[in-house]
Order: sequence, then C-alpha cells, then structure tokens
Amino acid sequence: MNDVPVPYQVTGVRRESADTVSLTLAPAGEEALEPFAPGQFAMVYAFGVGEIPVSVSRIGRRELVHTVRSVGAVSAALCALRPGSQVGLRGPFGTGWGLERAAGQDIVVVTGGIGLAPLRPLVLAALAARRAYGRLNLLVGSRTPEDLLYADRIRAWVDSHGPLHCQVTVDRPSPAWWGHVGLVTTLLNSALFTPENTTAYVCGPEPMIRATARDLLHRGVRPERIRVSLERNMRCATGHCGHCQLGGVLMCLDGPVIGWDRVESLLAVREL
Amino acid sequence: MTNSTTTAVLDRDGLSALVQALAAQGRTVVGPTVRDGAVVLAEIASADDLPFGWGTEVEAGRYRLVPRDDGAVFAHTAGPQSWKTYLHPQRERLWSAERAADGHLSVTEDGSEQPSYAFLGVRPCDLRAIAIQDRVLAGGRYPDRGYRERRTGAFLIAAECTEPGATCFCVSMGGGPAADSGFDLALTEVLDRAGHRFLVRTGSEAGEEVLSGLPRHPADAHTRNAARTAVDAARDRMGRAMPPVDLRALMGESLEADRWDDVAARCLTCGNCTMVCPTCFCTTTEEVTDLTGDHAERWQHWDSCFDVDFSHLHGGPVRASARSRYRQWLTHKLSTWYEQFGSSGCVGCGRCVTWCPVGIDITEEAAALHDELTDRLRREKQKETER
Repeated sequence: MNDVPVPYQVTGVRRESADTVSLTLAPAGEEALEPFAPGQFAMVYAFGVGEIPVSVSRIGRRELVHTVRSVGAVSAALCALRPGSQVGLRGPFGTGWGLERAAGQDIVVVTGGIGLAPLRPLVLAALAARRAYGRLNLLVGSRTPEDLLYADRIRAWVDSHGPLHCQVTVDRPSPAWWGHVGLVTTLLNSALFTPENTTAYVCGPEPMIRATARDLLHRGVRPERIRVSLERNMRCATGHCGHCQLGGVLMCLDGPVIGWDRVESLLAVREL
Repeated sequence: MTNSTTTAVLDRDGLSALVQALAAQGRTVVGPTVRDGAVVLAEIASADDLPFGWGTEVEAGRYRLVPRDDGAVFAHTAGPQSWKTYLHPQRERLWSAERAADGHLSVTEDGSEQPSYAFLGVRPCDLRAIAIQDRVLAGGRYPDRGYRERRTGAFLIAAECTEPGATCFCVSMGGGPAADSGFDLALTEVLDRAGHRFLVRTGSEAGEEVLSGLPRHPADAHTRNAARTAVDAARDRMGRAMPPVDLRALMGESLEADRWDDVAARCLTCGNCTMVCPTCFCTTTEEVTDLTGDHAERWQHWDSCFDVDFSHLHGGPVRASARSRYRQWLTHKLSTWYEQFGSSGCVGCGRCVTWCPVGIDITEEAAALHDELTDRLRREKQKETER
C-alpha cells in the first residue's frame, strides 16, 4: 500500500539510548505491507502528528523494526509510543542496499550514529549467507559509548557467527570506555579488504559519508561499489512532492541507497 | 486523439452553444474571466462570462488589463493562474484517520468524486504544461489517483495564440502559438471584416461529438487563411526568447556560477514564480486534528522550493541561502527535470517573469549564465594556450 497508511501495532519497544528507540511493529489487521528489502524505508505515521521516512532496521516474517531517534515532532511522538499503540505505515519505498552486488567480494560496512540502523538488516543477511562473501567488516562510529546502538547484539554477531571483523569507535569516550576513539574513517586502516574486490555500504551523517567515501576511493574501491544511504526531506515518498531532490536525483525513488558514482559530484556542491 | 480532423467555423452564438453543451454534459466549465484587474480562471455559466474586449499588457513584474476595441475574447496573455489550479489543486485531503478508544487506528483514503471539467481557452503553452504535469503526477511508478481521474475526465478546448505578450517565449522553448495535439477542440480566433468567429478543429472523438451538436459553418478558405496568418504572425512576435543554447547543459555547468549571487541579491524568495508556474508541482503535507484529538486528516498543499523549510532536515535546511534556492528552482526547471521526467519543465509561458514582484526574468538569467560560462571557458582556453 502506498496511498494510505496501513495500521501496525507496536508489539515491542526497546530503548537503545537516551534519544533512540526501536519499535517492533506487526500488522494490526489483515492488511500488511509487501516485504521490505534491507535499505528500503517506510513512511511512518504518528496519528495526529505526521509522517516521516524511516529505513527498516530489522525485517521479520510479519514484523518490522524501525529504530527512531527523537529529533522532531513526529520522531518524538514515535519514540513515546508504548506497546499496544498503533502507527500507520506506507511502503516499502526506495532502493535497497543490494547485497547481491557483493557476492564473492569483501564487504565493508561503515556506519555513523543511527546510520547503523538501516545497515543492521544487511549485516544480518550477510551473516546468514556468510559463505557467499569474502571478508566481512563492520566499522561502527558513535558519538559516545552511551549512544552506541545495538551494543549487546553487535557482540552477539561477533561471537556467534562466522568471521565478522567488527570495530567500534567513539568521538567522546567515557571513563569506562576501553576502545577506539576518533572518526570512524580511522578504522578503515585496520579493516581487512582487497579494495579492487570490495563492496562498501555506508550510512551516517553526510559529512561522515563524504569522508568515508573519500577514504574508500583513495584506497582503490570503485565509486559504484560504494553504496551510501542519504537523507533528504520527504513528504510523499512517491516522487511527487519534490522535496527530496539532490540535483536530478529524487531520493525517494532513486535512493535512499545510491552509488557514490551518482552523487559524488552533486554532494560536492554546497547547498545543492 | 483521432487522426482525422474536422474543421468548422463557430460564431459567437456557436461559442455560447459550446459552453451550454459542455454544461449539459454535467461538466464544470472553466475559462478566463475578468476579476480584480486580471484575467483569472473561473467557473463560467455562459460565454458571456469570457473576457470579450479585454487584452493585457505585461512586462517583467507588471501586468495590466487593457480594453480592446475589437471585442476579441482570447487576446489576453497568461494570467496569474494556470490549469493546475484545477487539475492539481492548491489543497487536497489525502486521507482521514480515526483513533478508537482502545487505540485502534483506521485510515480512510479520500475518495471524493472528482469533478468532470471542461477547460475553455487553454493556450498551447499550457497544453504542454498539462502534458508535463501528466508525466510528473500521473506517469511513473506511483500515479496520483486523484490527478489522473481529474485529468482523464477533463475536456480541453485550446485557444491558439494570436496576441503573444512581452514576457512570452514559448517558441524558444520548442513550443509555439499553434496547438498541435493534446486537445479535444482547438479554437483560433479570427477578427476581420467578415466578422468575429472561431476556426475550430477537433482533436479527439469526444471533440467530434461535441462539435457535431453545435450550430456551425463550414470552414471556408478565407477563415482558414486568416487563422493561419494570425498564428504564424504570433510566432514572430514573442516578446522574449531563451538563449539558443542547450539549457540543460548550461545549467549543469553553472552550479557554481557567480550569477546566482547577483540574482539572489534581487530575489525576495517569495515563491510567486513557483505558484504561477504551470508545471511547478511541489507539495507539502500537514496534519490537521479536531478538538477531540481522535480524528485527524492529512492534507496536501502546494509548496515552494523557495521556502526555507522546503529542504528541512533535523540539522537545518539543506538550502539556506537565497542563492541556493533560486538555483534549485532554475536548474530543476531547465535541466534536472529532464533526468526526472524526460523533458524541460519550462514551456515559456512567461508567468514567472510577469508575476515576479521584482521583475526577475528567467530568460535574462539564463542569458547571463550563458555569458558567464562562455567567458569562463574562453579564459580557461586562453590559459591552456599560454601554457
């Protein structure tokens, strides 16, 4: 359904950090959305408040998980929901990460902040078919240790599955932090990949995406093999409202996941 | 569209009969009328509501109604509105939602029946604009159902252009004063010693049917020639022209041009150009609730890329400066529209020039960007040869 929201029930609420919540959503009635691919997004409707685009952060058989950071009116309303509340969902919209592009290749997943959320289903899918890929790197950046998303689950991925080279870094350490400090791009130095045979998936704040793509290119990863997920204002998700333009790109249809080759020159122009 | 075209001649009574025939079909007939010192589109009850004896004088930032002695009805240029007012209305309810006491949500799509329109006096530039909005709103992966219903139900009567204005530049955008396709009926106004009349051509079966019920005269050679001559003459009388260059490439090469600062110093970012533009389609949404808080409605309304909030993200707007917002508008219209919808977004109707409160002229801006680019390329070449 793309025209009107389909009611979904909140079946689980998990507080990920001070400002971020994961909502588990299941169809409230008979009607359900078509299956999502990792990287795609839904328009999530908070009754009486509004609608925002949110990438899917886990894909179950009927359930979907959306991880939402409270930054505006709608996201704040979503973060305040309790189990049993209902939201409306439209979707799935946009492009997926396209994990199949990485078959037989090394994978580098680089995330900043809540950028880990849209990449979680990709990491899970890669872990589930581990032999189809070469080395699998997950490089996670977070402002502080307290803001780190899915911390216990990242540990579980590393422990229970085939080799996952995971590194986490924070911008501002707390006294108890024992790990890396610094930008997520610094982790690329110790990541394990052969650049000419690598597909990278990157999501985070735009400056982080630029810096990561630049470093990956510098290492020799091909631009079309750097897949990034970008954020723009969206009102309709169906290519009609005009808000999500980046040059000729309509982010809701051509993105949110898009090859660096298509956006590099556009993102180089201030305020485009 | 049918291949066979029937032509005939209508006199003023024939025009009246046309309005009545369309109304008798249950259609809402919309045409130009005179109100508040402008030619505005409105529902008309009879042909008497049309702007007989009114013309317009336009310039950048200026629009005046002027009386005409000849009683012409289609001698005015584009007014402040376009047909998107009806096909892509300014406000539209998308859905209604109810929240029950137990928290259950139910959402109902707005299913109100769409009016069946007849548009009288659609200019060739506006025919092209409608075709462009068709591609944007009714084409693609997610056709807009409401738009499509209104559009397929609409009966279009073109009025070929015989009195272009000083801000018109359709010819330089690949169009012209003649209506070639996309209409049910096309009228060409003829005023000479033989009288005030309209050469009418059919463009569809629906048009044939309507015409067959009207009092009409056979199309004589004199009227045909007079109509052709008037339209041909209009082609050479366009008040403005876009620079004869590849505008798409020009915009692509000009993203960092200095000219954007120059235009930004004049632009008020009021968004008038986007409101009057017949192809600008951008919308935003708002959530409206009643006092109980259990009933909410989702409304869509026109938005403008000149609004700071248009590109709002939680970190702030993507396009904060006037420079970037004007650039967004112009480059989208003339360049990136091709990538998105396969054509230019400009039909050369001149509305944005006329209705800009400070008289910014899109053709002048494009020419200035072209000059700047030419200069830059020349300097670069010079540097290369010096090396």
